[in-house]
Amino acid sequence: MSKLLTITPSPHIHQGDSVDKIMYRVIFALIPALAWSFFVFGLSAVMVTLTAVLACVIFEWLIQKFMLKTEPTIKDGSAVLTGILLAMNLPAQIPLWIIILGSLVAIGIAKLSFGGLGQNIFNPALVGRVFLLISFPVQMTSWPNVTKNIVDATTEATPLALVKEGLKNGTPFNEIVADLPAYSELLLGKFSGSMGEVSALLLLAGLVYMLVRKVVTWHIPVTTLGTIAIFTGILWLIDPSGNADPMFHLLTGGVMLGAIFMATDMVTSPMSKRGQLIYSVGIGAITVCIRVWGAYPEGISFAILIMNAFTPLINNYLKPKRFGEKK
Amino acid sequence: MLKTFKIGGIHPAENKLSAKKAIEVLPLPKTVTIMVAQHIGAPSKVIVSRGDQVKVGQVVAQSAGFVSTNIHASVSGKVAKIDTLIDSSGYKKEAIVITVEGDEWLETIDRSPDLISNINLEPKAIVDKILQAGIVGLGGATFPTHVKLSPPPGMKAEVLLINGVECEPYLTADHRLMLERSDEMMVGIQILMKALQVTKAVIGIENNKPDAIAKLSELSKKYHGIEICPLKVQYPQGGEKQLIKAVTGREVPSGALPIAVGAVVNNVGTALAVYEAVMKNKPLFERIVTVTGKSVKNPSNFLVRIGTPVSQLIEAAGGLPDDTAKVISGGPMMGKAIPSIEIAVTKGTSGILLIPETEGHRKAMQNCIRCGRCVTACPMGLEPFLLMTLAEKRLWERSEKESVMDCIECGSCSYSCPANRPLLDYIRLGKMTVGGIIRNRKS
Amino acid sequence: MSASLIYTIITISSIGVIAAVILYLTARKFYVYEDPRIDEVESALPSANCGGCGFAGCRAFAEAIVKDNSLDDKFCPVGGNDTMSSVANIMGLVAEAQARRTALVRCNGTCEFRPKTSTFEGASTCAIQSMSYGGETDCSYGCLGQGDCCVVCDFDAIHMNPVTGLPEVDDEKCTACGACVEACPKNLIELRKVNPKYRKIYVACRNEDKGALAKKACSVACIGCGKCEKECKYDAITIANNLAFIDSDKCKLCRKCVPVCPTNAIIEVGFPPKKVEPTEVAPSTAEV
Repeated sequence: MSKLLTITPSPHIHQGDSVDKIMYRVIFALIPALAWSFFVFGLSAVMVTLTAVLACVIFEWLIQKFMLKTEPTIKDGSAVLTGILLAMNLPAQIPLWIIILGSLVAIGIAKLSFGGLGQNIFNPALVGRVFLLISFPVQMTSWPNVTKNIVDATTEATPLALVKEGLKNGTPFNEIVADLPAYSELLLGKFSGSMGEVSALLLLAGLVYMLVRKVVTWHIPVTTLGTIAIFTGILWLIDPSGNADPMFHLLTGGVMLGAIFMATDMVTSPMSKRGQLIYSVGIGAITVCIRVWGAYPEGISFAILIMNAFTPLINNYLKPKRFGEKK
Repeated sequence: MLKTFKIGGIHPAENKLSAKKAIEVLPLPKTVTIMVAQHIGAPSKVIVSRGDQVKVGQVVAQSAGFVSTNIHASVSGKVAKIDTLIDSSGYKKEAIVITVEGDEWLETIDRSPDLISNINLEPKAIVDKILQAGIVGLGGATFPTHVKLSPPPGMKAEVLLINGVECEPYLTADHRLMLERSDEMMVGIQILMKALQVTKAVIGIENNKPDAIAKLSELSKKYHGIEICPLKVQYPQGGEKQLIKAVTGREVPSGALPIAVGAVVNNVGTALAVYEAVMKNKPLFERIVTVTGKSVKNPSNFLVRIGTPVSQLIEAAGGLPDDTAKVISGGPMMGKAIPSIEIAVTKGTSGILLIPETEGHRKAMQNCIRCGRCVTACPMGLEPFLLMTLAEKRLWERSEKESVMDCIECGSCSYSCPANRPLLDYIRLGKMTVGGIIRNRKS
Repeated sequence: MSASLIYTIITISSIGVIAAVILYLTARKFYVYEDPRIDEVESALPSANCGGCGFAGCRAFAEAIVKDNSLDDKFCPVGGNDTMSSVANIMGLVAEAQARRTALVRCNGTCEFRPKTSTFEGASTCAIQSMSYGGETDCSYGCLGQGDCCVVCDFDAIHMNPVTGLPEVDDEKCTACGACVEACPKNLIELRKVNPKYRKIYVACRNEDKGALAKKACSVACIGCGKCEKECKYDAITIANNLAFIDSDKCKLCRKCVPVCPTNAIIEVGFPPKKVEPTEVAPSTAEV
């Protein structure tokens, strides 16, 4: 026979998925929410996204090519995804140079210095965001005014910050909330905040898509959101005037974005289902603690990063149930 | 809700291309190559020499030890040579080459098509006949059947499970056998029940074979003590431990044999071979082989004499397509790629699968993204990503602690890995090395 | 302001003192006597932790020497005789000098001599390939060329030659730690005595198939004909399982066996080119 046969060990068939496909599916799931933010915040949002994506991809290429001297892996889509997620965590009117700095931290420090895709302990986009939040608190918390339906340079505080401020001053929750957009508007995304935070509905649509395409399982998003709802629900029932209600907590801030797209990052979340449950309960609980008692109005990025740090530990101690395990 | 096993599992595309093709008898080849090591355990001892005349069914190599079995001539003719030839393991092993002359069977073999269903042999005699007939597990593992039928002292079989699952994609040999040789198979099951002294047998069949389920359910009214258990389609349900879990709900403890939970599992093909051996005095020298693949002209099921070269099976199914990248002996999940099509059919060859160029190559490996799909897919509840890393780093002690020896090599992990990582390759390496370490420790 | 400063200083200092006391007590309570010679021996060793001595590392080797108080069967191939004599000095023992050894790959099955008959696409390690089947050629004894030996080498002494597809040992760097010997699933690598100028004569084949089969798979395979065995005056060559083997401890490098090999399976390295025409295979004269 002229042609040589190929030999590989079994199995000889493959499901056909690849890392690239998973990454692009997540990006696809993000598109509705991203498009909505373009609609709400206008051209500046497009600029922020473009800058973040390009900066992430270029930094990854440069570092891999010239510092690590390895074959660049920008095609796998993970850098694009990091860029989009970073952009969605930023206010739309942030100076572009800050984004480039954030991208460098996200790709250079949080991802490649740990060994690249799959090796990082912390979610790169979140590390970038938190780095910027701590370094540039003013720019990072100046959100464009959208509730007046006119996008202009005057800034507006997020509902979360308003509630936090109000509760601190002793104003009852129902009075504060009366001045805020209605819940239906919060759901649709007509309030100020970071680019990707605004439309809970479209983020949920992304979740449904990812569940259907089996990119993620329900465990992390549902448990995280559930924990937040239950925890804040208990607090609210104890003291309805001193605490925000669970619906408000779920619809505002980065909870949806965080629970659906950041906490579910495969690399930095536990592998076993039991581990994922513990991980997401942890995220929910820490988020609520920061929101209710902490200095920041929003805490999900810190919560996710803290639980990221626990992931190796959870992976190590929560083994899947072995078949025929000796008791 | 159909029964199935609980941990892990995958559902690859079934591709049962030859499911509707009746079993055809393959014409006799010109020469056959009978490997001396066709089963798990000690290779048999050759008892013929060059130039000897042999008849169909004559013993050519004798069982060498308890875990070993007899091997018979599958054709009549002259022993051309005793040589070392490559087999499906890819290594050269001892083999007997016989030139075919006519088709003369031993006189003791009953060649009539009549069904004989009254079993009047004692269990011991049945087991002995099975040993004499050289019967091994025909599902692919080729474990000598007489060993399975002799439970270790202190253990008692409670139920006999018959594996009609055929969970491997593409393969249809067992399916066709259940449809076309159902009566003989049912008697074979009753013989096995008698040998094990059990009163209950359950045939596990996946739900993608409704015709077989219907036919056997009908027949089971006639055969006392045999039940049919339809199962949800899920790979690797044909694995012994998974089948026991699916049908009885019992979990074989790690490191133990199925008999530890009172179960003995045999393949449907084995049941038929047992019928023929016990009732018809016909040793195991032919088996049903599926020849299939997306580019194969006529995917078929053949009744093949052991030792027939694979090339002849491919020829009979329409020839070797030009775009063939791989030839697999067995199914796509657990079969072995063979380096040459001149390799002979052995007792364990359940199928010949031709894989075209488009699907025959592995994609480039990427970094593990810790998606955990391998963990979700593993039917043994292991962590394949971890076992691969441990094997790469040669951390054998830790591998053992992480139960690498429990792996059944079903390939679900490699199949589902989006990063195309060769998980099973490394786990197998770990298994082999750790197995060696354990054996050294014991001795 | 000053009060808080004072409180801080007091608190921190007292924590420091308490911690120091706890540490001191713990160290006393859990003190384990260790033979000081272990440290001495360890510092005399090369700290390569290669495992070439058969122990889990230099420390384990030092512990074993001190525990047994003998140097029998204990040799550090990396440090060689110098290291062993300084260890012997510390221990007050005598070290037996051993000839230096280096690794040698006994396969010459390059792409030219050994045609490929299949393509392997599994994980690229020799261990996994040899588990899968005999190899990409018809010779199931030869080098698989995936370079497991190079990966395990701690001394950068063995590299794949991209042209031949076979590993090559750098004799200068090789310390005979034996890591490659263990890594090779085909047992192709042997540790051989070093001769002046790294000269060596060896059978570059491990094929145990019958001559014809071996020759068919690889044109430079040893066919076990036994001509070299007859030619050797020093009983250095033995034939077993259709395969010749030259014992480096007995070989005197006379090179007589090289020209008689019909398949050029015997290889000489480090010799000047022969000036005389290769003599005809003279009927055995001086031997026996």
